[in-house]
Amino acid sequence: MRITTTVNGTQHEVDDVWAGESLLYVLRERMGLPGSKNACEQGECGSCTVYLDGEPVCACLVAAGQAIGREVTTVEGLATEGELHPVQQAFVEAGAVQCGFCTPGLLVAAHDLIERVPDPSDLEIREALAGNLCRCTGYEKILDAVRLAASRQAQA
Amino acid sequence: MSTDVGTRTTTTPAGRIGDSALRPDGTLKVTGEFAYASDLWHDDMVWGVTLRSPHPHARIRGIDITEALTVPGVTAVLTADDVPGENAVGLEHADQPVLASEFVRYEGEPVALVAADHPETARRAAARIRVDYEVLPAVTDPLRAMDEDAPPVHRPGNLVRHLQLRRGDPSVTAPVVVSLDFEVGMQDQAFLGPESGLAVPAEDGGVDLYVATQWLHVDQRQMCLALGMPSEKVRLHLAGVGGAFGGREDLSVHVHACLLALRTGRPVKMSYGREESFFGHVHRHPAWLTYEFGAERDGTLVYARARTVLDGGAYASSTAAVVGNAGTLGLGPYRIPNVAVDAYGVFTNNPPCGAMRGFGCVQAAFAHEALMDELADVVGVDRIAIRQLNGMREGDRNITGQVIDSAAPVAELLQIVSDLPLPAEREDEPDLRSLPGAVGNTTHGEGVVRGIGYAVTYKNVGFSEGFDDYSTARVRLEMTGGEAVATVHTAAAEVGQGLITVEQQICRTELGVERVVVHPKNTAVGSGGSTSASRQTYVTGGAVKAACEAVRAVVLERAALSLGREVAGLRLDGEKIVGGSGEVLAGLADVLGEDAVEETVEYRHRPTHAIDPETGQGDAHVQFAFSAHRAVVDVDVELGLVKVVALDTAQDVGKAINPDAVVGQIHGGSAQGMGLALMEEVVVTDGHVRNPSFTDYLIPTILDMPPMQVKVLEYADPHAPYGVRGVGEPPTISSGPAVAAAVRAACGRALRRVPIRPEHITGT
Ligand code: FES
Ligand code: FES
Repeated sequence: MRITTTVNGTQHEVDDVWAGESLLYVLRERMGLPGSKNACEQGECGSCTVYLDGEPVCACLVAAGQAIGREVTTVEGLATEGELHPVQQAFVEAGAVQCGFCTPGLLVAAHDLIERVPDPSDLEIREALAGNLCRCTGYEKILDAVRLAASRQAQA
Repeated sequence: MSTDVGTRTTTTPAGRIGDSALRPDGTLKVTGEFAYASDLWHDDMVWGVTLRSPHPHARIRGIDITEALTVPGVTAVLTADDVPGENAVGLEHADQPVLASEFVRYEGEPVALVAADHPETARRAAARIRVDYEVLPAVTDPLRAMDEDAPPVHRPGNLVRHLQLRRGDPSVTAPVVVSLDFEVGMQDQAFLGPESGLAVPAEDGGVDLYVATQWLHVDQRQMCLALGMPSEKVRLHLAGVGGAFGGREDLSVHVHACLLALRTGRPVKMSYGREESFFGHVHRHPAWLTYEFGAERDGTLVYARARTVLDGGAYASSTAAVVGNAGTLGLGPYRIPNVAVDAYGVFTNNPPCGAMRGFGCVQAAFAHEALMDELADVVGVDRIAIRQLNGMREGDRNITGQVIDSAAPVAELLQIVSDLPLPAEREDEPDLRSLPGAVGNTTHGEGVVRGIGYAVTYKNVGFSEGFDDYSTARVRLEMTGGEAVATVHTAAAEVGQGLITVEQQICRTELGVERVVVHPKNTAVGSGGSTSASRQTYVTGGAVKAACEAVRAVVLERAALSLGREVAGLRLDGEKIVGGSGEVLAGLADVLGEDAVEETVEYRHRPTHAIDPETGQGDAHVQFAFSAHRAVVDVDVELGLVKVVALDTAQDVGKAINPDAVVGQIHGGSAQGMGLALMEEVVVTDGHVRNPSFTDYLIPTILDMPPMQVKVLEYADPHAPYGVRGVGEPPTISSGPAVAAAVRAACGRALRRVPIRPEHITGT
């Protein structure tokens, strides 16, 4: 199967994709974009979260074929022209990154939250990120990071 | 993607010790560019997969790989016959086959390997390997495994270790006696980055392995024996590690990937899925504990007796050392004059158990803290006060007779957590998301009772009982492009905790330079020891400090010579040689010229000692770290659902090299302890794991975690570099017992097992 998909604004075309491959596998192993992570590949951890036509999805649950002709944005596409997105910057500054394996998925989920809800309450942040597991941080500094990003976004 | 990435980092947000310097790999991690082990890729690589035993115990009568070899795309199928060296690996005892030959002893034991051009091809081929098993009865009850007539999992028997500890008068009596039986379920480390590695065959006939691990050199030692190769030919490189928590101390893909790479002559990538990960690493030992305290009527402890059984599963792993902790530290941070402890680790056909954050102290803490609450209630003393009454102080001897020769602020830590502000009372019309059951809409506050619980615990830092525990650091100082650059090279694994930040901070502090490059971690430098036992800031930090001091001595010597001054009184700061009153005497560039100054140093902490086999007495540990927690929970006592409302803690860290990172460790460690108290258990029945997925094995989400107040004390340990005290593990030990105590307080039930399940709370 041939897959043609726009990822982070660039058209990618890959051949010989086996029908059972997920979008996550194709991104990671065929398109050279391993930023989206593979912590469970069962739809339970959120580490693979990407935008598919603007909607956050678990890339491990999307069959590669479903992405044909659609637009995907991954963690690699959040920064623009070498500038970190405010959510990325806030994760670095707030200490929300330890091992960082959860980070790519959390960034996409937090990015989506802040786009939808400019000034989220703590409960709204918790609800929005409830599908993203982190084993290292206990989430406190992830909350700090999202609060920081939201407040900066509001001022911008 | 290239393979030569891993933890290489060159950006250096400034920061000396005591500053909250930012991680040097932070930007790479938020842009998706940081290369974890599962991200590695190589031209021409093939994929390796593992065929595992479906049986907890069986004899292998034969293995037929013919059909698997015919699958198009398959490049190799290997069995035990293909292991060139010793078919035995293990952290402490080499008792585990690389690939099972005669017997399989647990469900999930590796039996055969396949390499193919696509992971799915390899999996399908593995499914076509025919293994002829004669299923044998499995020993799955660890208490029964200790019986004389139990079938042995290994010869000569099922006892991995019995630690016997006697102190004072073991037969003394006391006016107040309390006792309990406690059971702790099997916890999984559940690091998010799956076990992965890339093995690349080299022209010299050796192999380079890029892998996620906690200790490159202990892996290398085992791999050399299994591969039958000298260490020069088995080179390890740390790939990006997605968390560890003890679960990467034992080998996973290491030998397997190398065997396939050497056989096929091609790079081989192996990466476990989540289900395989549950079978691919050891777990925290489940434990059965029987504890008794005898006390005066005012609550002063007279004696303690404990019997602890840890299920080690099918192979030894680090069970003996875990028993060491469960025994020597198993009565908590209390002054107890008369003690009898027997701690056992046993073999069964259950999944192998070994290291996990807290290492033997976690299980014991649930028992001693539950019993301390019971004692408080029986003698009518406040639960904080009874701990303060019995709590260790500096200068006391612990139960192995070792003097606690630095701060032991048990009473103060408890005071701090009990003085912290409590969360607000529940509102009349609370947001559903703040209640037990949350948006499940199971209650609007009816039947919800608040409970508060406390716990205080302690843990050894570093390796104990006479282990030669050292780290090596190589530090190089040179001028590059007009700027002084220090390069620090250790083999100590960065697993997310922030060791690389600490290494940079120490170099900046000791050498007075801003730019510090962390060299990729590999076996080209001496061992950094294990990233476990909360030891790296202490031991590898100590090595980096010592290497910097050695470099500085050379530089100042040269400066003294060229300046015609005494070395004493000279300092290195801001790329300048500075005199006694702060006057700049020369630039570092003038002293170094084109040269690089490089020094390699091994650093050891004070020696520890074996304990007496009869009495368990001895100076077994090098350092102790103390922490206390207070948990506040809301419990729906009708449905048995729990919402943790607050989880507050105080901990002595000696010296916070990086205060933000210290707090981050405490947050994450607390979450793991809470997880064991309320939700995390690898459910094993008849030797079979029933829940190997994140659907069925639950770890705390952001909705489960409460806000945490963290108070950090810094009572310098005079024996440790900068006074540091290990940080990573204590929070995992005291948080769970505090949560369990809070749930008990809310529901009024004894709750003698964790994780606490709804039916335990409702008694149904
Ligand atoms: S990898 Fe997709 S949800 Fe876990
Ligand atoms: S930082 Fe390690 S899983 Fe979140």
